[in-house]
Amino acid sequence: MLKRVHFPASLLPYLLVAPQILITLVFFIWPASQAIYQSFLIEDAFGLSTEFVWFENFQLLFGDDQYLATFWRTMFFSFAVAVLSMSIALILAGFADRVVRGATTYRTLLIWPYAVAPVLAGALWVFMFNPTLGIFPFLLDMVGVDWNHYLNGKQAMTLVIFAAAWKQIAYNFLFYLAAMQSIPRSVIEAAAIDGAGPVRRFWDLIFPLVSPTTFFLLVINAVYAFFDTFGIIHAVTQGGPANATTILVYKVFNDGFVGLDLGGSAAQSVILMILVIAMTVIQFRYVERKVEY
Amino acid sequence: MVENRPVLNLITHLVLILGVAIVALPIWITFVAASHDAVRMTQAPIPMLPGPYFWENFKQTLFGGGLSGTEVAPVWRMLLNSLAMALLIAFGKIAISLISAFAIVYFKFPFRMGFFWMIFITLMLPVEVRILPTFEVVADLGMLNSYWGLSIPLIASATATFMFRQVFLTIPDEMLESARIDGAGPMRFFWDILIPLSRTNIAALFVILFIYGWNQYLWPLLITTDTDMTTIVMSIKQMLEAAEQSPQWNIIMMTALLAMIPPVFVVIAMQRLFVQGLTETDK
Repeated sequence: MLKRVHFPASLLPYLLVAPQILITLVFFIWPASQAIYQSFLIEDAFGLSTEFVWFENFQLLFGDDQYLATFWRTMFFSFAVAVLSMSIALILAGFADRVVRGATTYRTLLIWPYAVAPVLAGALWVFMFNPTLGIFPFLLDMVGVDWNHYLNGKQAMTLVIFAAAWKQIAYNFLFYLAAMQSIPRSVIEAAAIDGAGPVRRFWDLIFPLVSPTTFFLLVINAVYAFFDTFGIIHAVTQGGPANATTILVYKVFNDGFVGLDLGGSAAQSVILMILVIAMTVIQFRYVERKVEY
Repeated sequence: MVENRPVLNLITHLVLILGVAIVALPIWITFVAASHDAVRMTQAPIPMLPGPYFWENFKQTLFGGGLSGTEVAPVWRMLLNSLAMALLIAFGKIAISLISAFAIVYFKFPFRMGFFWMIFITLMLPVEVRILPTFEVVADLGMLNSYWGLSIPLIASATATFMFRQVFLTIPDEMLESARIDGAGPMRFFWDILIPLSRTNIAALFVILFIYGWNQYLWPLLITTDTDMTTIVMSIKQMLEAAEQSPQWNIIMMTALLAMIPPVFVVIAMQRLFVQGLTETDK
């Protein structure tokens, strides 16, 4: 933590941490404590008076079928995004690991979607699936599927999952490839000499050996799907149709800035904070005991 | 490769090429859409091969006020705003994280661990979970519609501070001892030894933070109401809304292309630093 050899206390270290601490206090800790405080208040319909109600906002939320539905929808959404993009990335990394020449070229061609903003990813996918113009509805029409994500909630959900997973393939691929390349070649060669074919080696050797990466990516992807996909939802469906794609982050924004329900929105923020803290703790505990093999 | 299996090698390349094609398909369609005229882009099915209007659309989008019939800033202005925001966030985060990590690693002073934990907390409070109160703070400080409002609230960073802390901890103690024997004070040591030794880490972090800053969406959406302050990434949404009345997909897709070129270029051109930054900061 601290260097054995260090400078004595003076005014200087305080000046050095001051900018970071000041910004943290003003833009992180103060707003977060405000959110916690507001989550205990209910404002009347005209915004004239507020009442301190302890946990009533939370009780209202957990008694609200819509909120609970949003909660489970968010869980499903993050799980689907994580599984879809991690499976594609795992397969691609498994094959890229075999390539002797040209591996870097494939890597270059696969990692750039990381740099595309979520809202842009949403715009690209919504264009490809535009019910009147898009290329996919045109093709789907040939096999008898009527695509309209503006009306069909399941199709809307599928579309946001595709867009969110597409963007995340790059990240997952990079970590899987790095994990596979760090497996000692001698282990794989030994398995090959014992007669294990490529498929067998992948499932019985490589896949278990990269399982720490799988777990790490699962947490990272969940955080990504929870918080960073706001832009995708906002561009593609705006939470619709009939809330079919409203996830927790979108609901906080919508209830706070559009619905102007301060107490309810603040209570939702507090629940999200608890979720982030839980995920951060899991992530850090895992990182501590990372090397187990 | 362990053994030579020609059939498997062929499958390997086919799968990877298919993967690259799936990943690149949305961009190809965007590029094609940006190279046709508006009329062609209203007829289904849309073309799959590029048309002759790319440079015309490029000029109209960049300098000609973009989408006609809507009140948006010219696209070159939005690109400048995005660039300013991305650079302010990247440099700001690096600067304040470097000095606070320096203080925490190289000084012994009261409340050191208190400050450390206060920085750690920011990790648990992404802007999405505290948007409303943070917006109120920024509004009270009169920072709406300004570059400061766009960048400063996003500048505090636990990950960058942790990363530099990690880097500093690997620097041998002898460095500091010899610097002190030679009569260097703390700031001299910081500038002449720590900064040069962590140069690649700074560069790697810069790549990640530039992309992070450029791609900000929710925050600029709330902070800017003035069309002169619009960033390119958030303009896409307004254009998609306008597209419901007058579909000018060629211009919208050209704007999308312009919005993603700078960060994608950074990733490809500085791939080694990008990979280093990604693996260092997310652990």
